[in-house]
Amino acid sequence: MLNLLAETDPGEMLEGLKAIGAGLGYGLAAIGPGIGIGTVVGNAISAMARQPESAGMVRTTMFLGIAFTEALALIGFVVFILLLP
Amino acid sequence: MNVLALEFPPVNHLFDWPSIWFDGTLFAINKTVLIYLGSMLVTMVIFTLAGRQRDSLVPSGVQHVAESGVTFVEESVVMQTIGPDGKKFMPFLTTMFFFILFSNITEVIPFLQFPANSRMAIPITLAIVVWCIYNFVGVQSQGFFGYLKNSLFPPGVPKALYIIVTPIELVSTFVVRPFSLAIRLWANMVAGHLLLVTFAILSATMWDAGGPGYAGALVLSWPMLILMTGFEILVSVLQAFIFTILTAVYIGGSMHPEH
Repeated sequence: MLNLLAETDPGEMLEGLKAIGAGLGYGLAAIGPGIGIGTVVGNAISAMARQPESAGMVRTTMFLGIAFTEALALIGFVVFILLLP
Repeated sequence: MNVLALEFPPVNHLFDWPSIWFDGTLFAINKTVLIYLGSMLVTMVIFTLAGRQRDSLVPSGVQHVAESGVTFVEESVVMQTIGPDGKKFMPFLTTMFFFILFSNITEVIPFLQFPANSRMAIPITLAIVVWCIYNFVGVQSQGFFGYLKNSLFPPGVPKALYIIVTPIELVSTFVVRPFSLAIRLWANMVAGHLLLVTFAILSATMWDAGGPGYAGALVLSWPMLILMTGFEILVSVLQAFIFTILTAVYIGGSMHPEH
């Protein structure tokens, strides 16, 4: 393993590490917003089920909440694109 | 870049289009610009035609599209966020919704298949326009210092917390808002385009490989491509809607400050 590392071209190594970092970075950035969007949509659905007459208002607010939560995941995605070799 | 041993093109090749006319000048026209011009024209034509035939009581054709779009923006965007006095922003919000929608939906239109909003220029321009408008509306309806006070010192916060809250509000209201607005639209379109390209290349490569590749393409990647195309139609409409509704929320927030 060490020999293999020693033989590898440092530039290639850097590229590989970049790719690993990009992949891990996007994956990590998606965890929080995933949980957050789940919470937002779940609560919106239970609100709609309790009060179907307020579904329109709840849906609008739900999209707003999703948009704000999703921004973090999208920033992670942008970093992923920027880090790609 | 290599995904599943496919010949995947570099990401730049998917979004950089060569100039068609006026190469090298400031007014160079490529596929992205053509899509933008097209969606602008379509928006203008729809609303001009619909505005002309105002005699017909029962809407049909173009007028039906325009009227349901206007009603949609009015009922689910303006009335939900700004209220009745936001009606004067209806033309702006409606045209922006349709312009973004038409330049997004080219993502799934055959032979075009490129979401123009996956280039950052127009999303950031629209976001800067929105930034100017909501700041102008805030200054107009609350006065300069009133607007600053209401947006930097939100009421109902304990006095000591203003040390933390004020810098956060300053950055989030005046700096981050336009960028998050633009990045949301742009990144969603980039992600959608990459997804479609990945599955399209996967299908083509499997089909070319022959043998078991035919089965793989027909069973796995091609249905997935169709599914993703449907999903991207949803995303295009949703992103246009979210851009419009966030604009309305920002305008509403600077029109009616929290008490």
